[in-house]
Amino acid sequence: MATPATASKRPRGGSTTASDVETRGRGPRQSIMSRSAAMLVMGVFTLYFLTPIWWLLTTSTKTGGEITSTAPLWFTTNSLGTFFDNLGRLFTYGDGLFGRWLLNSAVYAGVGALIGTVIAAMCGYALAKYEFRGREAIFNVVLSGVLVPATALALPLFLIFSRVELTNTMLAVFLPSLVSPFGVYLARIYAAASVPGELLEAARLDGSGEIRTFFTVSTRLMAPALVTIFLFQFVAIWNNFFLPLIMLRDQALFPVTLGLYAWNSQISQIPELRSLVIVGALVSIVPLIIAFLALQRFWSSGLGAGSVK
Amino acid sequence: MTVISTPAESPKAPPVTRKNRSSGAQRRAVAIFIAPFALLFIAFYAIPIVYAVIQSLLTVEREGTFGKPEQVFGGLVQYQQVFQNTAFWEAVARVLLFGVVQVPVMLGLALLFALLLDSPLLKGKKFFRLAFFAPYAVPGVIAAIMWGFLYSPSLSPFGAVTSNVDFLGADLVLWAIANIVTWVYVGYNMLIIYASLLAIPTEIYEAARLDGASNIQIAWRIKIPLVVPAIILTAVFSIIGTLQLLAEPQTLRSFSSAISSTYTPNLAVYTTASIPNYNLAAAFSVVLALATFILSFVFLKATQRKVSQ
Repeated sequence: MATPATASKRPRGGSTTASDVETRGRGPRQSIMSRSAAMLVMGVFTLYFLTPIWWLLTTSTKTGGEITSTAPLWFTTNSLGTFFDNLGRLFTYGDGLFGRWLLNSAVYAGVGALIGTVIAAMCGYALAKYEFRGREAIFNVVLSGVLVPATALALPLFLIFSRVELTNTMLAVFLPSLVSPFGVYLARIYAAASVPGELLEAARLDGSGEIRTFFTVSTRLMAPALVTIFLFQFVAIWNNFFLPLIMLRDQALFPVTLGLYAWNSQISQIPELRSLVIVGALVSIVPLIIAFLALQRFWSSGLGAGSVK
Repeated sequence: MTVISTPAESPKAPPVTRKNRSSGAQRRAVAIFIAPFALLFIAFYAIPIVYAVIQSLLTVEREGTFGKPEQVFGGLVQYQQVFQNTAFWEAVARVLLFGVVQVPVMLGLALLFALLLDSPLLKGKKFFRLAFFAPYAVPGVIAAIMWGFLYSPSLSPFGAVTSNVDFLGADLVLWAIANIVTWVYVGYNMLIIYASLLAIPTEIYEAARLDGASNIQIAWRIKIPLVVPAIILTAVFSIIGTLQLLAEPQTLRSFSSAISSTYTPNLAVYTTASIPNYNLAAAFSVVLALATFILSFVFLKATQRKVSQ
């Protein structure tokens, strides 16, 4: 929100800032040197961050034998064909298990984060915009929830779910993932910053109900924040490992991360899984990268929204 | 995210609505807003915590060697076991060592990159921002699989290095995991710090520049002190994450024999639960959750006091 405005106010990148005028006496050489040093640092780390992903991409276009016998960080003459070949094997191996896993992950993370965001937004909004008894107590409980490690909950959840015979079902992973104390915390901050109290008063005078005002007016004002909460909960569920590991036995219910983990631990018995794991890893990170790129405008302004007072 | 500037903002935000607030309609609205989250929180946070504590106070008894096992109240027997379990405490010491080294390195890098992004020295900022953030889209399991291949002597594209340095051996594997975690999270932390840098009003720099302050002085004397709350927040999340380490070491076990089944506290929980010794595993979980909670809480309080002084 305020980010672009702040950015344009600033004299960065320009050549006529006060600092340039001031430091001109020391000559432009120093400035060129620090510029190149900065670019060098960032360049080296760009290699660090992107090389593993690049390796994953090039290796996905090779057959099992070619992985060791060809140039490791480049393509082969028949890359495209091999890549589609690998993709085909990936999606047909074990009766299309991999497609099933992707679908499961989409349900766990996509649907889970969507519902979780709405629930967290409602609660955070109420904590920010209404005064009622026990408000601080509730907020403090939510804050403590942020500090409780989710993995500490996995085992007791498993024991409880096994009492009601819900382990090894999709619900066992789906239901606990809906709760995001951190989302409530963020929603409260965003609501306090972006929904003016006067607007709510005006809506009241117009006779609009509280719930309707929330869904028609307030959620629009909170939109960048909601996208941010959604994305980070999506990532948290997509990456969650302990809960599905401990809850699920049936491979058909696995999310894609647990599925690839399972394949990866069988490589020594079934070597052909190696190239499937590599292609599968590539395919499994593509949805997340696309989501982040497509929603970049929202979350990057969402990142800035709360920090600008 | 915006959280950043908010730890400074105490939970006691001024009441937003007017005195005539507690009208029936508003009270009903608050109940509707909060109820879904409250119910889920009780079911999947509060009850599991209580249940874990109860389980940890039970112990299994049998009548004779082959008698039917029966759970009876055992007091603090399990906790006695926890404190005598050297493997568990070795795991705790291991992740603490990991955290003491990895968290400062990761946050130091994140701060450096955020400052460079915020300085006038760089071109192509948008590219760097995305490139450094991209690994965050890679789940821990997938990142561990990828780096597992990159570390392995036979498959790595950097075979010249990996066949001489045993990254997966007992001496280095902890730092091999630290590298994976750093690779995934630097960009995320960088963005949080960068968002709070963008929120600093430019006028402050103008004044400093006119006084002849260099870029480095501005970064050191003005920018860093102002983003301390953001750094504290990222540090707390990193501490929680470190104590919870599971996905990366568990995945790397198929690449390295140096990672035992109790390598991290959470791995110990998982291994103990699969025996199955649920009562001891529950006691591990409770101790771990308490330790995490206390450590992050103390860290928050200690740093907040320093900041406000």
